[in-house]
Amino acid sequence: MRSDQSLTIITRALAVISAAIVLLIVLFLLRESTPALRQLGWSRFFTDASWHPLSGQFNLTPMIVATLVTSSGAIVIAAPLGIGSAVFVNFYAPRRLAAWHRRLIELLAGIPSVVFGLWGLVVLAPIIATFGGSGQNLLTATIVLGLMVLPTVALLSDTAIAALPREWIQGAAALGMGRSAIVGWIVLPGARRGIGGGIILALTRALGETMAVLMLAGNIVEMPSSLLSPGRTLNANIALELGYASAGHRSVLFVSGLMLMLVVSVIVLFVSRREGTRRDG
Amino acid sequence: MDSGPATSRAIEVRHHWREFCVAVAVWVAATSVICVLIWILADIAIRGLAEVNFGFLIEDVQDAGRVGGIGPIILSTGLILLVCLVVAVPLSFGTAIALTERLDKESWFARNVRRSLDVLAGVPSIVFGLFGNAFFAIALGLGYSILSGGLTLACMVLPILIRTSEQAIRAVPAEYRYAAAALGMKRTTILFRVVLPVAMPALAAGVVLSIGRALAETAALIFTSGYVARTPESLLDSGRSLSVHIYDLAMNVPGGGSKAYATACVLVVLLLAINAATALLLRLAGLHNRSTTGGSL
Amino acid sequence: MITTENLCVSYNGRTVLRDATIEAKPGSILGLVGPSGCGKSSFLAALNRLTEIIPGASVSGRIQFDGQDIDTAFPSSVELRRHIGMIFQKPNPFAMSIRRNLELPLREHGIHDRQHLGQICESVLRDVGLWDEVSTRLDQSALNLSGGQQQRLCIARAIAIKPQVLLMDEPCSSLDPMSAERVEQLIDSMRGQYTILIVTHNLAQARRLSDQITIFWTEDGVGRIIEQGDTETVFNETSNAIVDSYLTGRKG
Ligand SMILES: Nc1ncnc2c1ncn2[C@@H]1O[C@H](COP(=O)(O)OP(=O)(O)OP(=O)(O)O)[C@@H](O)[C@H]1O
Ligand SMILES: [Mg+2]
Repeated sequence: MRSDQSLTIITRALAVISAAIVLLIVLFLLRESTPALRQLGWSRFFTDASWHPLSGQFNLTPMIVATLVTSSGAIVIAAPLGIGSAVFVNFYAPRRLAAWHRRLIELLAGIPSVVFGLWGLVVLAPIIATFGGSGQNLLTATIVLGLMVLPTVALLSDTAIAALPREWIQGAAALGMGRSAIVGWIVLPGARRGIGGGIILALTRALGETMAVLMLAGNIVEMPSSLLSPGRTLNANIALELGYASAGHRSVLFVSGLMLMLVVSVIVLFVSRREGTRRDG
Repeated sequence: MDSGPATSRAIEVRHHWREFCVAVAVWVAATSVICVLIWILADIAIRGLAEVNFGFLIEDVQDAGRVGGIGPIILSTGLILLVCLVVAVPLSFGTAIALTERLDKESWFARNVRRSLDVLAGVPSIVFGLFGNAFFAIALGLGYSILSGGLTLACMVLPILIRTSEQAIRAVPAEYRYAAAALGMKRTTILFRVVLPVAMPALAAGVVLSIGRALAETAALIFTSGYVARTPESLLDSGRSLSVHIYDLAMNVPGGGSKAYATACVLVVLLLAINAATALLLRLAGLHNRSTTGGSL
Repeated sequence: MITTENLCVSYNGRTVLRDATIEAKPGSILGLVGPSGCGKSSFLAALNRLTEIIPGASVSGRIQFDGQDIDTAFPSSVELRRHIGMIFQKPNPFAMSIRRNLELPLREHGIHDRQHLGQICESVLRDVGLWDEVSTRLDQSALNLSGGQQQRLCIARAIAIKPQVLLMDEPCSSLDPMSAERVEQLIDSMRGQYTILIVTHNLAQARRLSDQITIFWTEDGVGRIIEQGDTETVFNETSNAIVDSYLTGRKG
């Protein structure tokens, strides 16, 4: 069966190419960041006086902090709303409404980040500005980021909840437990792995998001003192400066990309390993 | 229960309260999410539709986008998508076929390919931008071009396209294969004559879904396909995508707001159409995305 | 204790059980038998309003508890289910410790006192004969128990909240013969304390256990009751030909 064999070889080769892309990405990030890492080492990204790449000051800390603040803030917003949505479609919504709700959440997931950014800039920022400042600050960015990653939490929690054995729910109901008790004691604990996975995935999305934050966070490099202060995330920094960065500066930008890539990959691998163990037993 | 009627009454009142509060909380969470979605869509529609007409879709970009239309932008976007699909579709289908080779168990090969695709799926889009810039634009010498952008997007949509294709192929009932194999057909023939035709609508749904992802992408394109707003003359010209155009108008062009909204409107309408097409194709494929379960308790 | 009048159950508009009228006497065991798909489980689910959480299910007709309509007797389904417990075909302990399985519904019904909870746990576990087997591992997962132990735990869990009526849907059919016999003995020993409605496909078991028996049959896809009365009377001298051939194993 010659054609069968060539099919196997060709498709496997294609699979190897697909799988190798991720390595290629890591390779190029490493290659481009080597000059900076060799000259500066890791510590200067945290100990330098400030971020003034043109005068050789490369402190990434404020941007790392801003990235972490916006991402974790986004999760704080997205988790309750997303889990609430998932509980809603499974236990509270009439059937018709549940189907519609799912569809709309999927729609929300498909809205491009620039559109979120545009809406945030024109609609939300002026509202936030009433608390003081220009409205382009970490709070605005966090809220919009939260909305953006919410569908991830909602859809994955929904899947996890829907996969729970019907018998548990019927059994609990037959014991005279009310709806909220069933949700609180049986459903959420039973689905916690899936829900946790959704939240972690949402976190990687939030860490990886660029455009909305770039358009909303104000982009000033400084240690944020409150949620209302402007800030710049690592992603936004790359997007803002790669265009004109030269030599050493460019290399530092790749280092920050490498950091993002590593953090996200570690999280993803952790989740996929965890899911692997679940599948095995 | 041996508690008197008074306490059981109190418990009941407390239960009612709790049920009520939780129900209110859940409804509020669900409705507020939907309200925000509607708010965003309505905002885009109201501010954007006023500017959108046929002329806007075909005219050149003038005065940094404050006047004129988005003709070249649409063309560039189309070309970027084309490059992306031409590369990503064969690669994904091939990979999906390799991954579904053995239906029973996950081989070592498949497990590791899938793991690396999982990581690829999590790569932040700005990192794709960095990679595309370093690899396609500079190392391969393609420069800021539609080709660079399309290839970068191809890498980006690969995981989702592979996953959907894999699901599509797996969804073909095994009996079809058995029946075909029992007739003495070769694996290649079974694949191309039996499995892929049956899986076609679902495969198409995956492709459409990836187009949606690619259309929505901005960060990966800024430093690969660039932001030249002229009509591209070849694939090696820089070309600005719809999403980059929105970003540029909103952030860098004072007074570009209304055109940004108009462009966003076009983009969202395209995405809605894609959403509908995916749903339709999945229904054709008989793969309902489980939106009928649930309900009450 | 529990009576129904012209109870009908339908799913998505399709009637699967029509005009079921029964009477379960206090403290007695009522056996429900009939071929597969004739609506026995649906009937039970209607009695504790579990049909409310089954998508597409609807119920009409009258159900009375102690001579009162259940809608007026109980303000809510939750309250109703406190008085009418249910045991399922497949044991369905929650994925928690044995102790939590018993305590969760009790806490839900307002008992929070540690000591009191412990007493109830012990006494219901003794009632179902599980105490000696599990007393040393109350904090281990209930899912580690054997099928028969799980089912007895579920019965313990149900009787912990002191219902007056217990609905049992083929409680022994997913168990091995030894465990099944153990559970059957348990049910037998509960006679007099609870009003029990038990669905079973095991006619010998129905005959051993039940005081009264109700026989369901499917006609044109719709379930109906075709015979009921005292178990021995029905088994020995039914005048209905279908029932006779079903009971003697020639049909169904
Ligand atoms: N959730 C449901 N949705 C739709 N139809 C249902 C549902 N549950 C049961 N049915 C239908 O109702 C009819 C009666 O089902 P039921 O489970 O009550 O029968 P049963 O007598 O308990 O059968 P068995 O002895 O096999 O358990 C069957 O035709 C079944 O297909
Ligand atoms: Mg049944």
